[in-house]
Parts: sequence; C-alpha cells; structure tokens
Amino acid sequence: MTQLPTSTDKKLGLVIDLDTCVGCHACVVSCKGWNTENYGAPLSDQNAYSGAASGTFLNRVHSYEVQPPEGQAQLIHFPKSCLHCDDAPCVTVCPTGASYKRQEDGIVLVNESSCIGCGLCAWACPYGARELDAAEGVMKKCTLCVDRIYNENLPEEDRQPACVRTCPAGARHFGDFADPDSNVSILTAERGGMDLMPELGTSPVNKYLPPRPKDTSTDIDILAPYLTPVAEDGQGFIGWLDKALSAFPGGSK
Amino acid sequence: MHPAPSVIVFTTFSGLGFGLLFWLGLGMPAPTGMTAFVFFVLAYLCAVGGLLASTFHLGHPERFLKAFSQWQTSWLSREGIAAVVTLLIMALYGAGLVFLGAKWSVLGWLGALGSLVTVGTTSMIYAQMKTVPRWRHWSTPGIFVSFSLGGGALMAGQTTIALILLLVAAAFQIASWVIGDNQLANSGTTIETATGLGHIGKVRAFEPPHTGTNYLMKEFIHVVGRKHALKLRIIGAILGFAVPIAFLAVGVTHLTAFLAIASHVAGVLALRWLFFAQAEHVVGLYYGKR
Repeated sequence: MTQLPTSTDKKLGLVIDLDTCVGCHACVVSCKGWNTENYGAPLSDQNAYSGAASGTFLNRVHSYEVQPPEGQAQLIHFPKSCLHCDDAPCVTVCPTGASYKRQEDGIVLVNESSCIGCGLCAWACPYGARELDAAEGVMKKCTLCVDRIYNENLPEEDRQPACVRTCPAGARHFGDFADPDSNVSILTAERGGMDLMPELGTSPVNKYLPPRPKDTSTDIDILAPYLTPVAEDGQGFIGWLDKALSAFPGGSK
Repeated sequence: MHPAPSVIVFTTFSGLGFGLLFWLGLGMPAPTGMTAFVFFVLAYLCAVGGLLASTFHLGHPERFLKAFSQWQTSWLSREGIAAVVTLLIMALYGAGLVFLGAKWSVLGWLGALGSLVTVGTTSMIYAQMKTVPRWRHWSTPGIFVSFSLGGGALMAGQTTIALILLLVAAAFQIASWVIGDNQLANSGTTIETATGLGHIGKVRAFEPPHTGTNYLMKEFIHVVGRKHALKLRIIGAILGFAVPIAFLAVGVTHLTAFLAIASHVAGVLALRWLFFAQAEHVVGLYYGKR
C-alpha cells in the first residue's frame, strides 16, 4: 500500500557521523556484498571491466570541500543511502503499491515482484536513494538490512546493517529513533543531528552528525617550529648553493 | 531530467489524442459514418499509441495491471484509470456515431470530461515533484491542458477556438519559462541544505562517489538541453504556435490544416523535449551539477 502509516511503532534508522567518517568506502562494499547475495534481486554491474563501468549501489560516499569564511578548507566524506523518511514521497507516487513503509519499524521497502520499473519513486526522492537495476528492471534501495537485523541465524553482534557492522571508524550507528534513550537518539541530541534538505518536508529518520569545530590553536604541534623550511631566508650554504645553481644556463632566478 | 523518447512521444501524442477526443465528445464536430470513423481512429491512434509508448521505458511492462491499484495516493495510477475509463466511454460514443448515426450526447460530455481529467492527471505526475522545482508550479498543468485542448481543436477543425487556445498555450509556455528559470534558485534547496554543511561555509563537490556514471546521473542530470535552450525555445515556439496560428489566420484548406497540424506536432515534440531536458532534479546538487 502506498498510503503512509500515520505513525510507526519503531523508527529504525542510522546516525552517520560526518566528523568520524574517513571516506574508506568499506560501507559501500559491504552493502553491495550483502545485498547482492541476499534479499531481492542482486545489485548488478554493467561493463564492470571496461572504462565505462556502472552499477547499482544502495549506499554511496561523496566527498565535499567546505570553505569557511576564514581559514583552511575542510574535506568531509559524506555517505548517503535511504533516509527512511517519515513522509516518504517515493512511497506515495508508486502506482502499483510495490513501495511501502512498514508500520512496525518504519523501514521503507520495495516489493520487487510488484515493481513495474517506472522509476517514478526515484524521481520523487530528493536524495538519490533509489536506483533502477539495469539487469532486473526493478527499483533497488536500502532495506536497512531487514534480513540481518531480525535474523536469529546470525550471531547477535551481526544483527545490524552491514554498513554499520563493517565501518572501521565507528561513523555509523543503528537504532530506534522512537526510543529517546536509544544510542541513536542520544547521539542525535548530544551532537545536533541534522536532516538533509529539511525544506522538502520529507522528515528523514536518518540523522547526520555535523563535523565538530576545528581546533583554533595556531600551535598545531610542539615540533612544528623545528620543521619550518630551512632555506626560506637563503642564508649560509643553502643560500650559496641556490645562487650557484641559479647562475648556470637555464637556472631559475 | 533525462528526456526519454518514450515519455516525450507519450505526453505529446496522448495529449493530442485526448484533446481531439475532448472536442469530439462535446460534439465539435459531430460527424457520423465514415467521417466520424476517421476522426476517432486518428484520436485513438494518438491516445493509445502514446499510452503504449509510455510502457517502453518500464522495467516490467507485463505487470502494468498493478498500476491501476494505487489511485488513492499516486497520480500515475490515477492517470492510468482516467485514460482507460475515458477511452472506453469514447469508444461507445464513437461507435454510436460511426455505426448507428446516433449522437449520445451525455456519453460524449462524460468522455470530454474524462479526457480533460486524463491530461490533468498526466500533468500532475510532473507538477507534484518537489524534487524538480521547475515543474512544481501551476504552469505545468497549464501547459499540458492548454497544449492538449489547443492541439485537439486544431485537429478537430475548430479554427477559431484553436486560434485562441494556441495563443493561450503559448502564453502558458512563456510563463513557465519566465517563472521556471528561477524556480530552482527560489526553492531554497542548495548544495548547502543538501549536505547540511552550510553552517561551516561554502560547499563544493570535491570527489564523486565513483569514477564512472550511474543510474541517478543518467536519469537526472542532463546538460545538453540547457546549452541550446534559447534556440530550442525559439524553434519550438515558431513551429508549435506561430506557424499554425499564421495558417489559421490566413484561412483553412485541407493542405494548410495538415501543414498547421504537422508543424504544431513538431513544435510540441521540441518543447516537450526541452520540458524534460531543462528540468533540474535536486539530486544533481549532491554531484555538484544541475
């Protein structure tokens, strides 16, 4: 059914820590691995060994440069997957009822056997969270590893999304946002977790933790003064060498 | 947005077909026998041909029946239902005119209303998209409905009405260009709101997630249309409106009517191509592109 539930019992989702993410793409690889071998159609690749490779991914890591008004630019790695929005526009546009949001835990899923592959849900999603698989002709999206988190055949520590389980930096956290005492609710409250494109009214469940402010101290290291370039003033032996070499034909002045 | 040929053909021809059915339903004209047969065949070729074309870009067209189920929330589902119901009503109405020489006016009016609703629902598929600010505006239904009724009147031989409606359609088109060009900027969605990093400073896409392309970039990021936008707008406006209006103003013969319709269709195809190619999806912001 493409009517959204008025509320969900749980709000399962992710917290992604932009301060901690090192941009290693391990979450991308583990996501592709798990979701190719498990729930639904595999995530296909096209021309994987050519110069024009492309493929279906449920999670992608962008990198952004942010230039503050003063000081050095910052590089921020930015993993992006389905945000399991409370007001998911991808669900309501679906003509077949293939897309739905679960009442019990808020996960947004696609019933692939009902999907006609029209792509309208991908149009409606502002985050680029849905990709039409070129081999299967059905819409693929993050399932929050619904086949891991409730899977009693897996050891307890593996009952979380593959991306969270694999992240070596601890930048991804999984939990229930409906519970104010959960790890994700506490992190969101303490670190000012934010929504992406809040102006579009999608009410995302996943939250992003902004990078912590940079250290403003000018003394970056006690060794720093000893590491300054030696020949900056052009004195002594280095200064003589600089002049001598510059005097050769073709030498730079 | 990627201008998929199937969607351009679909919106152009089903718009024309349902436009013609609208005027036939109102009894303008109300031919009988063979003349009626030709009119209805033409209308159904356009409307049904357009609808069939729209299935070409589906991943699983064989599951199309499911698409009629979600009318409570989905404009695409509503469109499918409206189109089928209208085509059934107008088939009965047409059969009466063609085979019995009988004009069942109430059926015709219902069919005309259905045609209008069908084109309206088509336009809402695009106008509902918050993710494409250029489309999310009253001018989108304005374009679709006025193009459909104007083109339909042209094909139905309603000279005066066609003349007026083509002028109205041109006005809607120009309004959508003037307003649409600022819609993305006015929407308030930027790479800063997309990433939530605007409080630190100016954001620039530094490295994409992959070396190649992907479904999102192919579907949502299209720059060729924008590069030649002004030229295409002029070509589309001349072929779609100026030429047919000139023919109508000079006087209609079979030849000039045919030329006017051919020119109009070519113009609408160009304008529809631009409608998609020029539209910016906000997901492009994540890639530092529009």
